[in-house]
Amino acid sequence: MPLQTPPLRGIHDERGAKFTEFGGWDMPVEFDSIQTEHEAVREDVGIFDVSHMGQIHVTGPDATTLMQRLTSNDVTRLNVGDSQYATITDEDGLIIDDTVVYRLPNEGGEATYLFVPNAGTDEATHERWISYRNEFDLEATVDNQTDEYAMFAVQGPNAPELVDDVTEESVTDVDRFTATMATVDGVECWTARTGYTGEDGFELIVPASEAEDIWAQLDCQPCGLGSRDTLRIEAGLLLAGQDFDLESNPRTPYEAGIGFTVALDTEFVGRDALEAAREDGLNEELVGFQLIDRGIPRHGYDITNMDSRVIGTVTSGTMSPTLDQPIGLGYVPSEYAEPGTTLQVVVRGQSKKARVETTPFIDTV
Amino acid sequence: MSFDIPDDRQYLESHEWALETDDDTVRVGISDFAQDELGDVVFVELPDEGDDLQQDTEFGVIESIKAVSDLYAPVSGEVVAINDDLFNAPELVNDDPFGDGWMLEIDPADADELENLLSAADYEAQVA
Repeated sequence: MPLQTPPLRGIHDERGAKFTEFGGWDMPVEFDSIQTEHEAVREDVGIFDVSHMGQIHVTGPDATTLMQRLTSNDVTRLNVGDSQYATITDEDGLIIDDTVVYRLPNEGGEATYLFVPNAGTDEATHERWISYRNEFDLEATVDNQTDEYAMFAVQGPNAPELVDDVTEESVTDVDRFTATMATVDGVECWTARTGYTGEDGFELIVPASEAEDIWAQLDCQPCGLGSRDTLRIEAGLLLAGQDFDLESNPRTPYEAGIGFTVALDTEFVGRDALEAAREDGLNEELVGFQLIDRGIPRHGYDITNMDSRVIGTVTSGTMSPTLDQPIGLGYVPSEYAEPGTTLQVVVRGQSKKARVETTPFIDTV
Repeated sequence: MSFDIPDDRQYLESHEWALETDDDTVRVGISDFAQDELGDVVFVELPDEGDDLQQDTEFGVIESIKAVSDLYAPVSGEVVAINDDLFNAPELVNDDPFGDGWMLEIDPADADELENLLSAADYEAQVA
């Protein structure tokens, strides 16, 4: 199957980006260097093309009911312009995907939502929504608009100022996890104070046909998926398909450390299983750790206790550009999850000492 | 984008270079192309002095933020020097791959093995 390309593939290529396949998309992984891009976001501002993220639009008389039944959080808490992090779980309460749900301005007097599934999952998610809508006999329109939109993340301490400079409306008063329709060069962009880096900033969902002009307006360090990954690991944020995966690493939101996305007082697919899981307590959970010995933890490496018995697996790891220390995430039995606990990570056959740390690893907004 | 490929040394298909020194040892590093492909180098694992290496077999590992890559020996022989500076400053491999970013020196067991390596022109044709 050919790779999908973001609208600005050619612009990024001219800028000298290196590309990688991610979720079926051909995306920039690096423009200058991961270190340079990472530092720009931590200290100043950088922009990511995240057009591989999906956009699914839901409206109609039963849009709220449909969203409520298929996401783990409580969408009835959302006023227009609010957003929330949520998971999409199966009947067993295992995470299929994680997503951000935005409440858009009402359309035709009906509550309207836009949610952002991960790269390559938009078609399956769209089908899931249609299929449950039909099964529950709900009246809602579900549109997969992934191809119609580009999505840019402008992140870093100076990101709000940059975005404010190019939008006709002031956006500095937009609170964290809320959004507004803002105008850039006459083009309306859904402009949300969200992100995936641990820094302040905005994510803009823009019409694909206008993407080039808006990208040029938001002139700052271009950043690829490489620094997006190091930034989110430092912030202790999960990557779908890596820190949880329904096939290879099935996890509940509780195990994944995002129990705050579960609203048990709502009705959704997986709710009963999650209530039972919460009552049973956790056997394993995701922890952050830092290597004390020299070495870099990588996805798939074994985690052992100090007696060298395998107790878990590294799901994400990197040399932290901010801390200049090797850090990672992985699942371990709960008795090893206390910060300060000493573990080992097996790097090419050699046991490297590691210490459980609280996440995020850095100060975040 | 064009890369430096100095013609005072020879190359492996796996992007290491080999330079004969005045002491008849062979100094080893990775090419400008290789460091650019890897991106920011953050970790280099090298053998100890005195270890014996075999041509075309792994002698160490180089890790950038995004990738892990094996390093291959251009010639067989004993390791007579390693570049300790890389342990605290692995970025030297990015900054100066043909100079301060060198990795080790080998006392070659068989100098004829150098004839199996690529010339600068052959290597340039490979990465072009």
